Amino acid sequence: MKKTNVLNAVFFIVLIAFAIMFVSPVFIVLMNSFKTKFSISQTPFILPSADTFAGIENYTSGIANTGFIPSFGWSLFITLLSVAAIVIFTSMTAWYIVRAKGTFTSIIYYLFVFSMIVPFQMVMFTMSKIANILRLDNPLGIIIIYLGFGAGLSVFMFSGFIKSVPLGIEEAATIDGCNPFQTYWKVVFPILKPTAITVAILNTMWIWNDYLLPYLVIGSDYKTIPIAIQYLKGGYGSIDMGAMMAMLVLAIIPVVVFYLTSQKYIIKGVAAGAVKG
Amino acid sequence: MENTVKRWFPVFALPTLVAFLIAFLIPFCMGLYLSFCNFRTVTDAQFVGLANYIRAFGDNNEFVSSLIFTIKFVIVSVITINVIAFTLALLLTRGVTGTNLFRTVFFMPNLIGGIVLGYIWQLIINGFLYRFGYSITSNATFGYWGLVILTNWQMIGYMMIIYIAGIQNIPTDIMEAAKVDGASPARVLFNITIPSVMPSITICLFLTITNAFKLFDQNLALTAGAPSKQTQMVALDIYNTFYGRIGSEGVGQAKAVVFFVIVAVIALLQLYLTRRKEVES
Repeated sequence: MKKTNVLNAVFFIVLIAFAIMFVSPVFIVLMNSFKTKFSISQTPFILPSADTFAGIENYTSGIANTGFIPSFGWSLFITLLSVAAIVIFTSMTAWYIVRAKGTFTSIIYYLFVFSMIVPFQMVMFTMSKIANILRLDNPLGIIIIYLGFGAGLSVFMFSGFIKSVPLGIEEAATIDGCNPFQTYWKVVFPILKPTAITVAILNTMWIWNDYLLPYLVIGSDYKTIPIAIQYLKGGYGSIDMGAMMAMLVLAIIPVVVFYLTSQKYIIKGVAAGAVKG
Repeated sequence: MENTVKRWFPVFALPTLVAFLIAFLIPFCMGLYLSFCNFRTVTDAQFVGLANYIRAFGDNNEFVSSLIFTIKFVIVSVITINVIAFTLALLLTRGVTGTNLFRTVFFMPNLIGGIVLGYIWQLIINGFLYRFGYSITSNATFGYWGLVILTNWQMIGYMMIIYIAGIQNIPTDIMEAAKVDGASPARVLFNITIPSVMPSITICLFLTITNAFKLFDQNLALTAGAPSKQTQMVALDIYNTFYGRIGSEGVGQAKAVVFFVIVAVIALLQLYLTRRKEVES
């Protein structure tokens, strides 16, 4: 027993060291967001002094230069609606694929699976041109693009789970006079809820942080948070470091809030998503 | 029952299928075709055969050097991420004090977006190199290790969660039987733990390999390829070919097809090889 205690103490110290390495980058950014812009790049590891303390000036100038507040709104709008669309439509599609099994549904199933390994660069040019031609280059149209791109992983995960749902309850609902639409929403979807949460979380993490897709499709008119941050880097690589630090902090805050409030589901979702993969 | 379901196709499957066609399937097929064409927009294509593919490899060696850079990056980061993530998972399944807090901390960077991560690490690495009179863009080696460190910081937590789930699924009686038999910790690790978590290893390797290959945002924010495109990964090279020079869209599309084939072949090969190990164990 004694030996295990010593060993665990050593491991505890190793874990503390790792934890410091994982947290400190975020703290360094937070600390620098309160320093004057010229003191940041040369001495990033030093706390603000009386000379270098900038108050909230970086935040006010950063918010004004990047249009952070509308960006936050667009990021929230696009993420929430796209995730809702993905959960509603791909779960229904997955159920259809499993329950109306045939050659056609098998082909679409494998097309969905196939789409998961294709790099975005393969379709980025043609997809953004098509989005443009079809007038999908606005915050509502991009939701359809996200539904199409998110379909692969989401259909795959839903159908993996639906295969284990017993047919009996659905047949009982049919006998009670439910049509397939009612059966699905009254009986099947409540059973799918854990998978739906997993799918929602994985897609939220992707869409909220996505840069290139929204940049190519709507970036010239609507900036999401990642686009607004990249926009701070001027044409010739000159960056207002103060504003940059403040924007990084503002970009991290919503993520940390999301994480701390739904951590239990996120950790479970990641583990569950991997088993299905 | 089945036929009634089939009649509901327009409600259940059509919306997703239409979106899938618009966002993925049609662009994918057009992309394949256009890689053999000269074009500016997608509607003015002229067939040119393999010319784009020849130019992709021949014009300058940017594509080949970005491929080599990417492969070096993938090999080193896949190994480091998985070794560190697995080690942390082992430490966090021993009942050490504060396990939940550590897990929370290690996973946190994964939720931060690639662009934000890139600028965070640019600040830290530049601040460190500044003392020696360098910056991250003064030498390709700095950019390379910067990307490796950044990717480790981002992905270790995610893989750790998957490994923890795998380790927790190992039946406790096997572990206890091994202890009763007096097996050394090393033997338990190599003969029980690792074979039992092969499914987790398969998925973690798949996720790290494909994500490391496709890395774009982090590359753009951290170095944007500097100095002189030496730290440019394939995804960024394809992007720059498409949007950097007018008249090379076809070459960009040809590079994208080659990139797709490489990623698909490596990912499927890896799945095949590690899945085979799962069956054996």
